[in-house]
Amino acid sequence: MDLKLQKIIPQLITVLVVVLVFGFFTYNAQINMENRGIDFGYGFLSQESSFDVQFSLIEYDGSHSYFRAYLVGLLNTILVSVIGIIFATILGVIVGVARLSPNYLINQFAAFYVEFFRNIPLLLQIFFWYFAALRALPLPQDADAMLGVFFLTIKGLYVPAFIWENLNVFLYSIIAAIIAIVVIRIHARKIQETQGKQLPVFWISLGLIFILPLLSFLIGGVSLSFEIPQLKQLATTSFIYEGGLSLPPELIALTLSLALYTATFIAECVRAGIQGVGKGQKEAAASIGLNPNQVLKLVVMPQALRIIIPPTTNQYLNLTKNSSLAAAIAYPDLVLVFAGTALMQTGKAIEIVSITMLTYLSLSISISILMNWYNKKIAIKEK
Amino acid sequence: MFKYLKQLTSLVAMVAVLFTFTTETMAAKKSKTLKNTQKKGFVRCGVSQGLPGFSNADAAGNWTGIDVDVCRAVAAAVLGDANKVKFTPLSAKERFTALTSGEIDILSRNTTWTLSRDADIGLTFVGVNFYDGQGFMVRKSSGITSTSQFKDGISACTNIGTTTELNMRDFFNSKGISYEPVAFEKADEVVAAYDAGRCDTYTTDKSGLAAQRTKMSNPDDHIVLPETVSKEPLGPVVRQGDSVWEDIVRWSLNAMIEAEEYGITSANADSMKTSDNPAVKRLVGAEGELGAAFGLDNEWSLRIIKQVGNYGESYKRNIADTGILPDRGPNELWTKGGILYVPPAR
Repeated sequence: MDLKLQKIIPQLITVLVVVLVFGFFTYNAQINMENRGIDFGYGFLSQESSFDVQFSLIEYDGSHSYFRAYLVGLLNTILVSVIGIIFATILGVIVGVARLSPNYLINQFAAFYVEFFRNIPLLLQIFFWYFAALRALPLPQDADAMLGVFFLTIKGLYVPAFIWENLNVFLYSIIAAIIAIVVIRIHARKIQETQGKQLPVFWISLGLIFILPLLSFLIGGVSLSFEIPQLKQLATTSFIYEGGLSLPPELIALTLSLALYTATFIAECVRAGIQGVGKGQKEAAASIGLNPNQVLKLVVMPQALRIIIPPTTNQYLNLTKNSSLAAAIAYPDLVLVFAGTALMQTGKAIEIVSITMLTYLSLSISISILMNWYNKKIAIKEK
Repeated sequence: MFKYLKQLTSLVAMVAVLFTFTTETMAAKKSKTLKNTQKKGFVRCGVSQGLPGFSNADAAGNWTGIDVDVCRAVAAAVLGDANKVKFTPLSAKERFTALTSGEIDILSRNTTWTLSRDADIGLTFVGVNFYDGQGFMVRKSSGITSTSQFKDGISACTNIGTTTELNMRDFFNSKGISYEPVAFEKADEVVAAYDAGRCDTYTTDKSGLAAQRTKMSNPDDHIVLPETVSKEPLGPVVRQGDSVWEDIVRWSLNAMIEAEEYGITSANADSMKTSDNPAVKRLVGAEGELGAAFGLDNEWSLRIIKQVGNYGESYKRNIADTGILPDRGPNELWTKGGILYVPPAR
C-alpha cells in the first residue's frame, strides 16, 4: 500500500504542476487579451486573405480564404522538404560510401565536404546560395540555353512543360507494370525456394517498366509534346520567359542548401552503419560462396540499415523543420505565408502560431511513424 | 453596543468602498505604463531595423530619424531626458506582437494607420507623423517612366506583413496585370534582391523607396515612379487599454507639430516663456496646468521642444538634410499648404 502511494504521489504532483502552469498561462493570456480588446477565435480562417503568394501548388490568389493560404504554405513546406529529403538521401549515401572508399582522393574529398558543410550555420548557407548565387546568375536576356531548352536565370529556372495527351493511359501502364513486377517477384521467390532456380528478376522488371509505358505510346494513344520557354520583353532591359515551367530561385536555393547541409549528417549515419557491421560477417558470407554484390545486398546492407535508419529519421525531421528558414529568402513556406503575412494581416498571433506549431508537430510525427514502420520492417525478426 | 453593530459594519463597508473607488481613479490617472516607465527610467520604443530618415542606427549605435524623435519626445516629457530611450529594432512581422505582448510601450516604426489594425488587434494609433503613399521603384535602364508601362509577368519585391502587400494586389488587379510577388521578411533583403536583378520593381512607401535608394550599390541607376497608389498615413502606435499613456504619446507628437506652428524652436523655447501669445505660453509651460491632466509636470512640452526640437526641425535634420525627401510635400503645416493640422493644446 505504502509503496503504491509512493509511486503515485510524484506522478500526481507532476500532473498538478503541469495543469497549474498551463492554466496560469491560459488565464494570463485571456486576461491580457481581454484588456487589449483582442478576440480569440478561428473564424478568420474563412475570411478573404487579400494577399497574393509568389509560388503555389494549388490554385490561389488573394480572393481565396486564409485557410487556402495556409494550405498553400503547407504544401510549399512539404514540397521543399520532400525534394530536400530525396536529394539529401542520395547525396548522403554516396558521400557516406565514398568516405569508406580505399581511394585516397575520393575519401578525403568526401571527408572535406562533410566537415565543411556541417560546420557552417544553415542560415548562412541559405543566404550564400540565394544572394551570392543570385548575383552570379545571368539576367533572362543573357541566359544561354542548356540542352537548348533549360534556362537558368536570376529570375528562376525555366524548364519545358510536358503537354500530355491521354496521360491517364500512361499512368495505368506504369501501375500495371508495377503490379506485374510484384507478382513476378513473388513467383520467382517461390520457384527459388521449391526448385532452387534463380530467375533474372531484375532484368525482367527493368524490361517491364520500360516496355509497358512504351506500348502505351505506340498503341494506347498517348502522346507527349514539350512547351519550350520563350523570351518575352517587358521593358527595355527587363525580360522574362513565358511558357514552360518556372522554378523560382528561392525554391532552388533553399532545396540546395537544405540538401547539402543535411546530406553531411546522413553521410555520417551511412558510414557508421556500414562500419558497424562486423568484418567477420562479410568474410563468412564470402566463404559460403556469395558474390560481392550478394554480400552487400543480403548480408551487409540489411544489418547496416538497422543502424542507419533511426539517426537518419532525425535528419529528415531536422530538414523538415529547418525548411522554416525559408522566410529569410522569400520562399513562401508555411512560416512566411501563414505565420508571417497572414498573422500580420489578421493579428491573430496565438491562433496562427498554435496552428503552425501543431502543423509542424503533425508533419514531424508523420515522418517519425513512417520511418519507425520501415525500421520495424527491417529489424531482426526473432523466430 | 451590539445594537449599532449592523450600522457600524455598513459604515465601514461604505468607507472602504469609497476608499477603493478613490484609489482606483488615482491609479487610473497614473497609468500603469507611465508608472512602469518612470520606475525603469527609460522609454521602451520599437523602431525599424534601419530605414534612413525614420529610424536608423549609426555605427556607434545612436538612433536617429523622425520616428525615433517621437520616442525621444515622450522620454523628454515623462523622464526629463530625451536620451532615456531603449530602442528595439523590429521587423514588420514582429512589430505588433512586440507591442501587444508588452515588450515595448511605443511602436514608432513607419506603421500605416488602418481601420483593421486600429480596431481589431489591440492597438491604438495616436496620430500621424508622416503622410506617405505607396510607390514603385524601377531601374532607369528599363525605360519605364510610369506604372502604365507595366506588363504581364512583372516581378515585384516587397516586405511581408505590410499594407504594401495588400495595396500591390489591389493595384495590379485593378490594372489587370499578372505579377509575381516576391516578399521578404527584412527590408535589407528586399533591397539586396531587387538590386541583384531578381525583381523588375521594388514597391513600398515612397519615403521608404527614397530612403532605401540611398542603400543601393548605385542609387542613380534607379528612379521612383511618379504615381502614388495608396494612402499611407504613418504614425506611432500604443497598446490598447491605457488611455493616459495613449494621451501622453499623442500630445508629445502634437506638441512638436504645434511648436512649429507657433515658431517655437529648440533654440528660442526658453525666451518664449515671456511671449504675449497665451497659446505659446501654454506650450512652454508658462501658463495653464496642461501636464497635470496626465500626471506630468507643466514643463513637459518645453522639455520636448528644447531637447528634441519642433516637427520642422526634426524633419529638416532627419529627412531634408539627409537628401531623402528635401520637399516636405503634404508633410508641411496646414498654414503653409500642407496637411499637418493638430488639435490645440489647451
